[in-house]
Parts: sequence; structure tokens; C-alpha cells
Amino acid sequence: MTPTSEDELSAAIKSAKGPLQIRGGGTRGGAGTGTVLDTGGLSGITLYEPGALTLVAGAGTPVAEIEAALAAENQRLAFEPIDHRAILGTTGTPTLGGVAATNASGPRRIQVGAARDFMLGVRYVDGAGNIVKNGGRVMKNVTGYDLVKLMAGSWGQLGVMTEVSLKVLPVPEMIATLRINGLDDAQAVQAMSRALGSPFEITGAAHAPNGPDGHPVTMLRIEGFETQITYRAAELKKLLAAFGDITLETDQDRAAAGWAWVRDAELMKDQPGDIWRFSVKPSDGPALARALGADDILYDWGGGLVWARMPEGTDARASMGGIAGHGTLVRMSDAARGTIPRLHPEPAPVAKITDGLRARFDPRGLFSPVTEPA
Amino acid sequence: MQMPTPDARVLGRKAEIVDRLRRVLPADAVIDDVAETRAYECDALTAYKCPPLAAVLPANTDEVAAVLKICHELDVPVVPRGSGTSLAGGALPTADCVILGVSKLNDVLETDYDNRFIRVQTGRTNLSVTGAVEEEDFFYAPDPSSQLACAISGNIAMNSGGAHCLKYGVTTNNLLGVTMVMMDGTVVELGGAHLDAPGLDLLGVICGSEGQLGVVTEATLRILRKPEGARPVLMGFDANEVAGACVSDIIKAGVLPVAIEFMDRPCIRACEAFAKAGYPDCEALLIVEVEGSDAEIDHQLRLIMEIAKRHNPVELREAKDADEAGRIWLGRKSAFGAMGQINDYMCLDGTIPVSELPRVLTRIGEMSKEYGLDVANVFHAGDGNMHPLILFDANKEGDLEKCEAMGADILKLCVEVGGCLTGEHGVGIEKRDLMHVQYAPADLEAQMAVKDVFDPNWLLNPAKVFPLDASDARRALDVAAE
Repeated sequence: MTPTSEDELSAAIKSAKGPLQIRGGGTRGGAGTGTVLDTGGLSGITLYEPGALTLVAGAGTPVAEIEAALAAENQRLAFEPIDHRAILGTTGTPTLGGVAATNASGPRRIQVGAARDFMLGVRYVDGAGNIVKNGGRVMKNVTGYDLVKLMAGSWGQLGVMTEVSLKVLPVPEMIATLRINGLDDAQAVQAMSRALGSPFEITGAAHAPNGPDGHPVTMLRIEGFETQITYRAAELKKLLAAFGDITLETDQDRAAAGWAWVRDAELMKDQPGDIWRFSVKPSDGPALARALGADDILYDWGGGLVWARMPEGTDARASMGGIAGHGTLVRMSDAARGTIPRLHPEPAPVAKITDGLRARFDPRGLFSPVTEPA
Repeated sequence: MQMPTPDARVLGRKAEIVDRLRRVLPADAVIDDVAETRAYECDALTAYKCPPLAAVLPANTDEVAAVLKICHELDVPVVPRGSGTSLAGGALPTADCVILGVSKLNDVLETDYDNRFIRVQTGRTNLSVTGAVEEEDFFYAPDPSSQLACAISGNIAMNSGGAHCLKYGVTTNNLLGVTMVMMDGTVVELGGAHLDAPGLDLLGVICGSEGQLGVVTEATLRILRKPEGARPVLMGFDANEVAGACVSDIIKAGVLPVAIEFMDRPCIRACEAFAKAGYPDCEALLIVEVEGSDAEIDHQLRLIMEIAKRHNPVELREAKDADEAGRIWLGRKSAFGAMGQINDYMCLDGTIPVSELPRVLTRIGEMSKEYGLDVANVFHAGDGNMHPLILFDANKEGDLEKCEAMGADILKLCVEVGGCLTGEHGVGIEKRDLMHVQYAPADLEAQMAVKDVFDPNWLLNPAKVFPLDASDARRALDVAAE
């Protein structure tokens, strides 16, 4: 089914006899089983006001189309949505709906927030076929409950999004990456924490124990006017002098490529095993990595996001010990399928709320729970 | 303002309810004396008042859970209250409710500069959260104007923002985790010191739910390092449209100011008469503030002033030092007090797409003539959050009603041009009955379904946010079940 309007989508859901598999560009995998419900017909930018920093588009709109429209006005999606194709080995075209439904966010999350923080409004069709809107297209809105956040990252469990309005931001004059080579994980997190605790507005802080050049590399990103880059780079070099030599990458393409490598966890592309993503407090990152004993580790978000490539079928959560946070199984092998849940199990009272919401929004159980990723 | 008839069964059981509460709380934490409960009869929307059945002041999560368990069992509505600074009547009691005040919950539980968070009990005031971390040059970003008094619990309930949210976002963008007590006494932990939510973003829906889904007792908040400096520039224009275009050009140029404030002529005149800040006499005035080191500020202000010059400003004044910066902000910061000197006023809180600004201001001017009431406008121009102040005479018969009718018309206009009924004050009881203007029945049903899940008997802050006719059936459910 490829509905081309909300009304058609509503009719399709009302008449559905069994489970539906919601599909945008099909790049993130795992939206369940059943009749494919393709959102590609709900495509196109319906409103873009550069002076108001707002854009509204259909859920099926390719992210590339949105990024091209924004680039023409020197603006961007500041939350830097991760493109899952590299690590999942999927093809297809990432869509706005997919970004919204998975709350796909990149390295800049630590400074500006996640996709959910840039979503101003949504329209969706729930499991009973009701067309619902929430939020709007203005930056500040506290009119009623914020269902936009509930839909963000809900993986289509509560409804099929048809339209999303977004806050966008200007592209800064330049970006630069400060690099420190050779730090161990704990030193790297300390260096990143010191930088993130400075007034210099770090917009990316990542560490790869096994970087693109084969050695440990710690990366810090600054963005802004050239005067700001020059000043901040010098100040950060002073602040972090104790951690070793710092090189500055100001070539725009190379700097951008480096952060795309982090954003998409490209380190783990074409490698065997299951891929996990842990969200913890940054200072817990190195201890978690030690406990996991993974084949590959990549730290983003100053150490708070730990990507781990593990042998197939390993329940990485069992290694967390007392570390607070949670792990998501992003890429699942056949060995893990059906034995390891994709999302971190919720405590009973929270699971009760989740189940209650799913029962209300999808009373016939047409939308799959999030169990089976690619 | 219509409120539901108090439940006679609850009123009749007052002694039993108070007795049960006294068994789980210290003696001074349960207030049922009629004279003393009057202290809780309204919040900052003082036009509406009603003493509660009783008020309780628990001091920790366990005590909150014990209170809610009892009220759940006895079917008693509970109205949570932070510092009572709600401008929308969000904490207005009903005669059959227990007010649950969190003022004793004010401890800092944990500060962690390496991981950049603070964990506090939610009765703590907004400004004192920054107070707890400023020795290390950190701050908590959301800055509602009431930040000296308002509690974090209320900030979470209303998803509060402030002048600096253009850059730093509002509460939901700075809230990492909560400990929350559900109406049946169940304690849940959502989020934590880490960034992402697993599963559904329940934290996102709690924030801004106006105390209807649970009582938040502890919060983990993101803290940020203070910028090296900040400096404003003041610019005057001879038309609202020109000022609006200037705002849009600044944003498009890639400068992200930390605040852009807009005042119209009636507001400029009133503020100038009151604060003598040296504002020019013009149609529209902008205050734009940027942050960074001195050199960074110079660079950004130079860009902003170049843009402003293209719009033929009647005045362009860069603050050279802290004293001048203070004077630029003085008038704006005294706007509400200045208006209060002239008249009684009603402060509205609608949000519009920034591009609609000239059209909305023109239309408000027309309405002002139609209703015969003066209006002054001050707002956060970067995000379109307007605060039209409608002047009226509280002692003049019919003036308040006229003022309310005009306020409703202005808010409807905000929705009509693509905006919303409230940008930062919340719905409460004030805008409850206007919710139909912005939301279709299915939209309201979806929101109410969320409340059904968290609080099936609709006992938490029950007659707020949703129009009474929309929520009637649900609020009657537990009565019918008896």
C-alpha cells in the first residue's frame, strides 16, 4: 500500500485485516512484519521559511531533498541525523519519517539536542485510523501535551507519521576539528569532558581507540565564524595541553568527512557481528567498554554514546553490571534474533505505561513492537 | 470561569482524609485549618480563587508516594503545586482537592561537572539551581522571568522557557531524567544522567503535562559552562514590519543571538516613562544579545549592525560596557512593572510564526480600537512568543470581561496565522476552553488518552488543560464506578 494522502492512509489502516509494516526509505530495517505500508506517497516540502528557521514536509520526503533545500539557503538539520545504511548494509533512501520515528541524531546531539528537540510538530494516523496533529510550526508551544516527543523515536509503534515540522539552523561559516592522537579511553573521556565543560561550544566530541589511521584518535569539533574558530582553537589547545599534541583540521571537506565517519559509525561497516549502541554517563563509558570486551568500540557524545561491535548472539547488556544507562541492539545477526530484545527491557512500572500507550494508540495491535531490527 | 462541582462524597469525608494523611506525614506537613488553607487558594492568576480541602507538604519521594496512595484509595483529587507562580491557573485548587506542595523538596542531591548534570529535588527554585553550580562557572539554561521564585517542578510541568531559549532551548531540551510518583503511589524513574531514552520518550511527554500525569519529585538537569561574556545592542525602527524583516535577516545571516527582544511603541513609551533607560521614541525597538569572548562578540555585533543599517534604523546603540548593557536591558526588564504603574493589565502568551509578525501587530492595533482598550506588545522575537499586554480598569464594571474577550480574540488570531495559544505560560484553566480553537476533537482525544494511561481515574489536576465538555465523561468515570 502506498497512500498518497492522509485520508487514504486513514482508510487503509481502518480496513487493515492484520499487522502492518511501516516503511519509509527502508534504510533502518525492522519495522515489523505484515503488509507493507509505504510512506513514499506522502512526500514533499510544504513550507519552508528560512527567516523563521522552520520547515514542514511530508514524512516520505527524502532527507537528501530536505538537505538540498536547506543548503540553498545556507541552513541545515543541526541534529545531524545518522544514516544507518553503512552499518546495516541496507539500500534505499533515508526519509524524514524514518529520521523522526527513530529519533536519528548525530554527534551534535551533545550541544544542540536530538531530532526530538528539533521536531516542532507532527501529523500522524493512529491504529484506529484517526488523523491526529500535535505541536505546530512555532518554536515555543506548550499548548497541551507534547505528543511530538512521544512520536519521536517511537519506531511507528503508536501511529504512522504523515508530516513533520522542524526547526532548522544556519550553517556556520566554518568548522574545524581538533585532534589528539594516542590517548587511552579514560584519558580521552577526561579530555573531552574538560573541553565540553569549557565555554568554547564544542559541537562534537568523539574517541576511536582504533581510528581511521589505525591508532587512537580523539576528535573535538568547533563551528562558527572564522574569528571564533581561531580564538577557540587556541584556547582549547591551552586548556588541553596536558593531554598531548593537538592538531587542527580546517579543511572543510576533510573535517566534514571525519564527523560523518563518527556519525554513521563507519568503523563498523562491513564487519561481522552484532552492533550495539549504549547510552551512559560519559565517565562510565570506558568502564563499560572494558566490561564489554567488544571487537570494536567507538565513543561519541563525549563518551556517553558507546558503539560496540560484539560477536554474534552476545547479550552485551549482561556485561553492564551496575552501570546506569541502556543498550540498544542496532544490528542483529540470526544468532541474536528472537533471543536478545532490541530495546533495553523496561522496569515493570514503565513497561506498564508503554503497554498502556500502545493499547490506546493502536487498539487492534496493527503496528509491531520494536523487536526485530535488520 | 466554570469549574466542576466539588465532589460531595469527598467533602463529606474531610476528617477521614486528613486523619489518614496525618498518619503518614509529620504533624506540621498537613494543613487543614480553613484560615491556613487560604494561603493556597490561588496561584499567580489571582482572578480565580478557591481554598482546597487540605494542603500537604511532604519532604521526600516516599512521603509524596504515601500521600498519593491515600488520595488514590479515597478518590480525592490532588493538585500539585510548585511555587505557585503559574500565570495560567495551573495550580488553582478545587474545594474537594488536596494541594500537594513540593516546597520542602529543595535539596541538591548530586552535582557532576565532568558529566555536566545536577540532580535536585524539584521544589528547588530555578535560580538556585544555577546558584548551586555557579562557583564552578556553570549554569542551568532555562530562565523563565519568574526564575527567582518558580520551582523546577513547575518548570517541568509547564515546560518553561525564557529570554535565552533561542539558543539554549526550553526545559524539555535540558531535562535528562526524573523520579516521578504516579497517582496510585508507584514510583518510576525516567531517563537519568545519560542522554537517550530507550523505548518511548515518556520524559518528553511528562514535560509540559501541567502536573496531570504524575508528581515529579527529583530531576536530573543538564548544566552548561557559562559563556565568557555577553553584550546587547539596541536598535530602533520606524515601522514594525522593518523591525520584523531585520530579525529575519539577522537569523538568516547565520548569527545565532542568545536573545532577540521586540517592543512596540506603546510599550517603549511606558517603559521609558517608568525606567528612563534612554530609549528612542520610535515605532519598534529590538534588543539583540550575543555571547562569547570580547573579540567574538565584536565580530558578531559588527555583522548584526551592518544588517540593521540596511533597514535604516532611527537608532543603533552598541553597549560599550556593563553599565551601558545594563541600561539597554533596564527598560525591557521593567516592562511588566511599567505597565502595572499605568493600569491593570492582562498579559497574554500566544506564539506566531515570525513572518506573520507585522500582520498580527496590525490586527491587534485594529482590535484595540474596536474594543477601546490599549495594548502594548513585548515579545521574544526570535521565537515568535508574544506577550500582548491589554490595559484595563479592574474597578470599571465590564472592563475585565471585555479584556478577556479581546484576549481570546488575539489568541484565536495567533492560531489562525499558524501559531498557538500558549508559548510558555501553559493552558491551565486560563486557555482550557480555547483548546478547541487549536485542536480538533481527535487531537484532544489523543492527548487525553495519554492521561488515561498515567492516571486512569483523572484525579491529578483534573479540570485543567482540556475543555470541561471534552473531559466530562472521563472525570465522571470514577464517580460512575462507585
